[in-house]
Amino acid sequence: MSVLIYTETEDGKFKKAAFEVASYAKEVAEKMGGEVTAVSFNANNASELGKYGVSKVLNIQNDKLGKFNAEAYADAVSQVAQKEDSKVVVLSQSANSKYLAPLLAVHLDAGYASNVVDTPESTDPFTVKRSAFTNKAFNFTKITTEVKIVGLSQNAFGLKENETEATTEDFSPELKDGDFSVNVESVDKAKDKVTIADAEIVVSGGRGLKGPENWGMIEEMADILGAATACSKPVSDMGWRPHSEHVGQTGKPVASNLYIAVGISGAIQHLAGINAAKTKVVINNDPEAPFFKAADYGVVGDAFEIVPKLNEKLKEFKAKNA
Amino acid sequence: MKILVCISHVPDTTSKINFTDGDSKFDTNGVNFVINPNDEFGLTRAMWFKEKQGASVDVVNVGEKETEPTLRKALAIGADNAIRVDTPAKDGFQVAQQLAKVAKDGDYDLIIAGRESIDYNGGMVPGMLAALLDANFINTCISLEIDGDTAKAVREIDGGKESLTASLPLVIGGQKGLVEESDLKIPNMRGIMQARKKPLNVVEPEEVATQTEAVKFEKPAPKGEVKLVDPENLDELIDLLHNEAKAI
Repeated sequence: MSVLIYTETEDGKFKKAAFEVASYAKEVAEKMGGEVTAVSFNANNASELGKYGVSKVLNIQNDKLGKFNAEAYADAVSQVAQKEDSKVVVLSQSANSKYLAPLLAVHLDAGYASNVVDTPESTDPFTVKRSAFTNKAFNFTKITTEVKIVGLSQNAFGLKENETEATTEDFSPELKDGDFSVNVESVDKAKDKVTIADAEIVVSGGRGLKGPENWGMIEEMADILGAATACSKPVSDMGWRPHSEHVGQTGKPVASNLYIAVGISGAIQHLAGINAAKTKVVINNDPEAPFFKAADYGVVGDAFEIVPKLNEKLKEFKAKNA
Repeated sequence: MKILVCISHVPDTTSKINFTDGDSKFDTNGVNFVINPNDEFGLTRAMWFKEKQGASVDVVNVGEKETEPTLRKALAIGADNAIRVDTPAKDGFQVAQQLAKVAKDGDYDLIIAGRESIDYNGGMVPGMLAALLDANFINTCISLEIDGDTAKAVREIDGGKESLTASLPLVIGGQKGLVEESDLKIPNMRGIMQARKKPLNVVEPEEVATQTEAVKFEKPAPKGEVKLVDPENLDELIDLLHNEAKAI
């Protein structure tokens, strides 16, 4: 029995999400009495996954698969799952994995549970805890098919090292022309920037910052902390910041360890999207802002005074704790 | 062009989320239901195609009679026909199969569904529907243009966006960006009156299997009080984040 993981890479290097799904899958495999197999695309150092408990990696080296393509990847991953007789497939909840998983579910005739936040409550029947109602509740879902697909929420499990000797082999999937009927024309992505999906820490700004010209101190804080930058909906609606930074119910979900909100009042739609962040800090001059009810720590005051001071102190802290 | 927009009937954002029957069912008591926001962006884009390029727009929901006001609202916004598949929505796969039947029967060129519903947040129906129809699929779509039988789309990815092209038939997992919030239409009286006369066809469901079952629900543990830090004492905040929350 194998638990198969889909491991994401960027420029040939595994993303943190790949190590997290490996760590999680190892625990699931131990519960079920099996091993973890990984499938990767154009990974430079496939055996690196052994550190997180993976026993075997099937690496697909194919220039046509250099860029993510949901249909082609679904075809390839399902061929690996069938070859390996995998009973559980685990993916992250990145934009690409969420694109891939439902296609894979139909290919493998497998039930799919998304936004899973914990190891299975039981493996027979296979029941997982997932977040629902935009983080306002949890839902225990039983997957009744022979093959199960689990979409693991980012940072829900964390990384667990489990040094294992990983064997690696190349795998060549049989691809059809139809796999490439959606063409990726161009990718527009900030280089060397932490994305909201991968970030441990997210620093977010709202309307209280008064204009896009004031984002320097937000970006500075993000730099100091190695964090991703984000924003509230009005800020992206007004075009102060790009859409891809909008977090909230209709934007991106945040599940980072730390979320720092500056000048965001905390509309219910915003809070719904960031509720899964573990620790929430709010800096706002209005003590009645609803965000204070949702936050763990708060500072009431003028962001334009507090943030630059906090940045200096964070720099000192980082210098001492580097 | 024939467009089908899949409409999920969901509690509005401000609803209190409670459960009944030993935490096994969502408590609909006092809950106001609306068109799923991600679907509404798609519906509004569909209306744009109808007005600017000429298209017919059908809306479909898988659900029992209580979802009809939500479909009527979609008709009031401007959809031409509504279809309700008369069965409760049980899981993403069951819904996708019911929608696939409607989509095949109607021979649509473009099918738009929201990237996820705001209740179960499954995020699987559009992709499963595309796979069942063997149609092209673009998820988290934030821009869509159609020229003849070719679609140009932009998809949101982590940290940026991606431009794609695909031929029709196409299934879209839509979200904000397809249109902006300010483009959303509140039905006017004329629209509401017309919607009453538009066809709402109730069709029998297919006999299909489910793959998952929601067994129970749980609410998150109540959160403690916020700890306020004096703006003159930001060292305390750093100390709390480091030693108490272990977040930095």
